[in-house]
Amino acid sequence: MQVPARFAYERADSVPHALQLLERYGPEARVVAGGHSLIPMMKLRLAQPEALIDINGLTELGQITVEGEELVIGALVRHAELLAHTIATDLFPIFRDAERVIADPIVRNRGTVGGSLCQADPSEDLSAVFSALRATAVIQAGGAPSRKVPIRAFHHGPYETAVEPGELLVQLRVPIRTGTGSAYEKVERRVGDWPVAAAGAVLRVVDGVIEQAGIGLTAVGAEHFCSPEAERYLEGRQPGEEAFAQAGRIAAEHCEPHADQRGPADYKRHLAAELTRRALAAAAERI
Amino acid sequence: MSYGRMHRKEDARFIRGRGTYTDDVRLPGMLYGAILRSPHAHARIVSVDASAAEAHPKVRAVITGQTLAGLGLAWMPTLSQDIQAVLATDKVRFQGQEVAFVVAEDAYSARDALELIDVEYEPLDAVVDARTALDQDAPVIRDDLEGRTDNHLFDWEAGDRARTDAIFERAEVKVAQDMLYPRVHPAPLETCGAVADFDKVTGKLTVWCPTQAPHAHRTLYAMVAGLPEHKIRVISPDIGGGFGGKVGIYPGYVCAIVGSIVTGRPVKWMEDRSENLMSTSFARDYHMRGEIAATRDGKIQAIRVKVLADHGAFNGTAQPTKFPAGFFHVFSGSYDVEAAHCEVTGVYTNKAPGGVAYACSFRVTEAVYLVERMVDVLAAELGTDPAELRLRNLLRPEQFPYHSPTGWEYDSGDYPRALRLALDMAGYDKLRAEQADRRARGELMGIGISFFTEAVGAGPRKHMDILGLGMADGAELRVHPTGKAVLRVSCQSQGQGHETTFAQIVGHELGIPADDVEVVHGDTDQTPFGLGTYGSRSTPVSGAAAAIVSRKVRDRARIVAAAMLEASPDDLEWSDGTWSVVGDPASGKSLAEIALAAHSNLELPDGVEGHLDAVTVYNPPNLTYPFGAYICVVDVDPGTGQVRVRRFVAVDDCGVRINPMIVEGQIHGGLADGVGMALMQVMAFDEDGNHLGASFMDYLLPTSMECPSWELGETVTPSPAHPIGAKGVGESATVGSPAAVVNAVVDALAPYGVRHADMPLTPANVWRVVNGDPFRTDLAIS
Ligand SMILES: Cc1cc2nc3c(=O)[nH]c(=O)nc-3n(C[C@H](O)[C@H](O)[C@H](O)COP(=O)(O)OP(=O)(O)OC[C@H]3O[C@@H](n4cnc5c(N)ncnc54)[C@H](O)[C@@H]3O)c2cc1C
Repeated sequence: MQVPARFAYERADSVPHALQLLERYGPEARVVAGGHSLIPMMKLRLAQPEALIDINGLTELGQITVEGEELVIGALVRHAELLAHTIATDLFPIFRDAERVIADPIVRNRGTVGGSLCQADPSEDLSAVFSALRATAVIQAGGAPSRKVPIRAFHHGPYETAVEPGELLVQLRVPIRTGTGSAYEKVERRVGDWPVAAAGAVLRVVDGVIEQAGIGLTAVGAEHFCSPEAERYLEGRQPGEEAFAQAGRIAAEHCEPHADQRGPADYKRHLAAELTRRALAAAAERI
Repeated sequence: MSYGRMHRKEDARFIRGRGTYTDDVRLPGMLYGAILRSPHAHARIVSVDASAAEAHPKVRAVITGQTLAGLGLAWMPTLSQDIQAVLATDKVRFQGQEVAFVVAEDAYSARDALELIDVEYEPLDAVVDARTALDQDAPVIRDDLEGRTDNHLFDWEAGDRARTDAIFERAEVKVAQDMLYPRVHPAPLETCGAVADFDKVTGKLTVWCPTQAPHAHRTLYAMVAGLPEHKIRVISPDIGGGFGGKVGIYPGYVCAIVGSIVTGRPVKWMEDRSENLMSTSFARDYHMRGEIAATRDGKIQAIRVKVLADHGAFNGTAQPTKFPAGFFHVFSGSYDVEAAHCEVTGVYTNKAPGGVAYACSFRVTEAVYLVERMVDVLAAELGTDPAELRLRNLLRPEQFPYHSPTGWEYDSGDYPRALRLALDMAGYDKLRAEQADRRARGELMGIGISFFTEAVGAGPRKHMDILGLGMADGAELRVHPTGKAVLRVSCQSQGQGHETTFAQIVGHELGIPADDVEVVHGDTDQTPFGLGTYGSRSTPVSGAAAAIVSRKVRDRARIVAAAMLEASPDDLEWSDGTWSVVGDPASGKSLAEIALAAHSNLELPDGVEGHLDAVTVYNPPNLTYPFGAYICVVDVDPGTGQVRVRRFVAVDDCGVRINPMIVEGQIHGGLADGVGMALMQVMAFDEDGNHLGASFMDYLLPTSMECPSWELGETVTPSPAHPIGAKGVGESATVGSPAAVVNAVVDALAPYGVRHADMPLTPANVWRVVNGDPFRTDLAIS
């Protein structure tokens, strides 16, 4: 049996309460959301927090709403809830594509959007998705107004984010714009596995020309899970097989994959190109 | 009467969560154990300081290699005449090796205390790649053994070398191929563990433990620990999957026993998932080179094989003692060849011990994979269709019993019939036409065939024993006065449905419903001696014992019935489940009536005892040889290397099927296993000997999403060597399916000139193979 080391446990009943508890327990306290990343690490004793602040009771963080020109996703929204939310997935089919292949139904029932982003695993699928969507993260500290961080400034490195000790990620805000299509392509060794590599694409086409492109990449060492070079290449061009293939090549050139048991670096680089191309083509189809 | 589909009697308790697994056993005053394991693959132990752990308020004992050395228990014999460290004293020899054992009041404290033990290691270079184990400068792993100067374990050969070489010399066509059957793991959902309870007053030791061979465990504990055998009781409760990984005795079991003796309280120890994957029996790890000699028109003449076998740090292989490479020498497979020869060299490496575990029929899996891959390599060389090539070379029905060039006597079979049925079910010609169309469009579709012959049901005791214990199994059948029966057998189900199948065998023989027969197994105090369940031996051996003991009861019932009918036993006949006077079916007495009479004051002939109970020991005259023809259809994405198994047709012949539903369940599981091995499973190691597959995130089990809807077919060729004509089937699908999947993928990649690719065929591996740059799947990917 894998058992964690001793820790204190507190259940928060509101955002301010959670922030209070974080302050009281100090930097060795951790927030627990779905627990599907944190608890396994604790059982393996790779993480030994002194206290867990359980935010699962914070229903105010569990909503998906449309506010003006933005889709707002609470940090505690479960993978399964996002997958089932047809307003969100109709606006952004990339959510449906990605959430269907994140983990398995059991993990998706519990794991949260906020937990995924805060975990900041270099292979996290949602990091690429929100990066492609150019979302904004809303972070709340105790006794201060919330602050907004563009998702492309949110990740500071593997397992490091803009969320400081004592802070909570509360929302993700995704801009809604007409004429947009999106898609996600992932290669995994088996259903439920983390990606060997994956790519997301968001395309906005105006008058037959790509007005804005978002390309998200995960598990291939792409800085901030995106490919600005490939995006710039596409903007102002007409969508088409040739352009998408070239964008894929550019994306592959600018990432820095590492070999692991999921595959060697050259293969992952190849996938960055191939999956970017496929995701762009699928996104274009959906406009 | 009782053969046929019926729901498994054991399922009611499993489905309702009412099974009793080892971890469900809770005894008053029970303590919990945890094992400290080596982080290094190879290191000298400089010192072990357990004082801080001993001072933990909830710790009741810390046992180290030194403690055990004092009791003469630091080392234990393996099942292959080697020794294995229970807790390391001198060196650690694989990552995850057992170093110390903590016993505490609860599992949390035991785990906490592990962190308080201070072990100083002096790291040594590790031998990771079996292909370098015999290099001059390779570090010597087993310097504990007198006079060891290298990592060589054994050389073994079978077949006729001179004849084989002579055929190769003048052969028109020769093909050769190197291939790896990588190290995989049985990965049962229930990990290993034990609850040991030593009663100081009675001197009796009771061990609950998920063992596939409870009687063998008891005898070994008696021989090794010097405890009297009648004072040892091994109880194997419900088991959550064995697959061969629960045959041997693990250090943790010995630690739990010592822990109970030392503390005077029951001790439970359960492995966690990583411990299970890192330290218990692996399977395969065969580096093979196969060669075929053939005529230009596709007649296979001879097969030659060289194997380098990675046995890990201790030779813990579970197999009949005479055969260090198990039954690998059945590698000439299902084909009519003139000669065959194999050479196997075993080596030590800095990896966990084990060897044949995982539904492999004592290495028949490796043998089938080798020959079925080689036949496809030959087909590619000749430009012949692989189905056609097989039909040309399969053994013909009239050749049975068939004496193989490596010494086997195949009992019965009609191989072409099985293959033709599989081809029909698959619509083979249509598939080939579709493949041609797709290829023209640049799509990759593959069709793979595998034809296997298994050798199961070990075995005849003159050839087969494990550590001197012959492989014969007992059965006892008791019939209660009201005609209900209790069968006691030595084998132990890990999910095979013995409680149902064996009840059906008894019911069939005695003319009573299977529901009237209780099957007792897994408790050495309640069952007769026998070697247990593995190598698909339960139905071939214990199933035969069940039939024979039932016939003994039936014979006794005849005498009692004769007394009841005031007739001579010779004048009675057995029909429709009754003994009746010949020609007078109305006189028939059912078993229930006879049983009551046997327990009554009915006068019996002189010398005839009352009751109907009987015992037997079954010593199989031969193995049984199930066989089958498998066809797999895959689609490969050329852009990503992803493989999708589209269809899988499996025609199995396991002789007479007692419960076809259970047989099909065994086949479904084995096919899924095969897909797992072919496409995703491997235990690789980095250059320092770190285990790269020590969790289910890294060691992948197939799910229903990777499996097509299996298409099963059957032929029935009864075994003449078995009292009811049954053959084993538990491992057939695991043995036969990996080659079908790999052959299908290689077939799909034929447009790239690919003739072989090693398992597992992960997307990355397939992509590299297509690009002509395959990597070693057993090492860290770089
Ligand atoms: C078997 C398995 C397979 C998986 N496969 C995939 C996969 O294919 N792709 C993929 O992307 N992911 C995968 N995951 C991860 C899964 O998506 C997790 O649910 C997710 O990574 C973490 O979400 P959580 O709510 O469980 O976070 P938790 O484990 O609760 O927390 C993770 C980290 O985030 C912090 N945190 C959580 N919420 C907040 C918040 N609101 N504010 C500040 N900090 C917070 C925690 O303190 C912790 O450090 C898999 C997980 C498992 C167990």
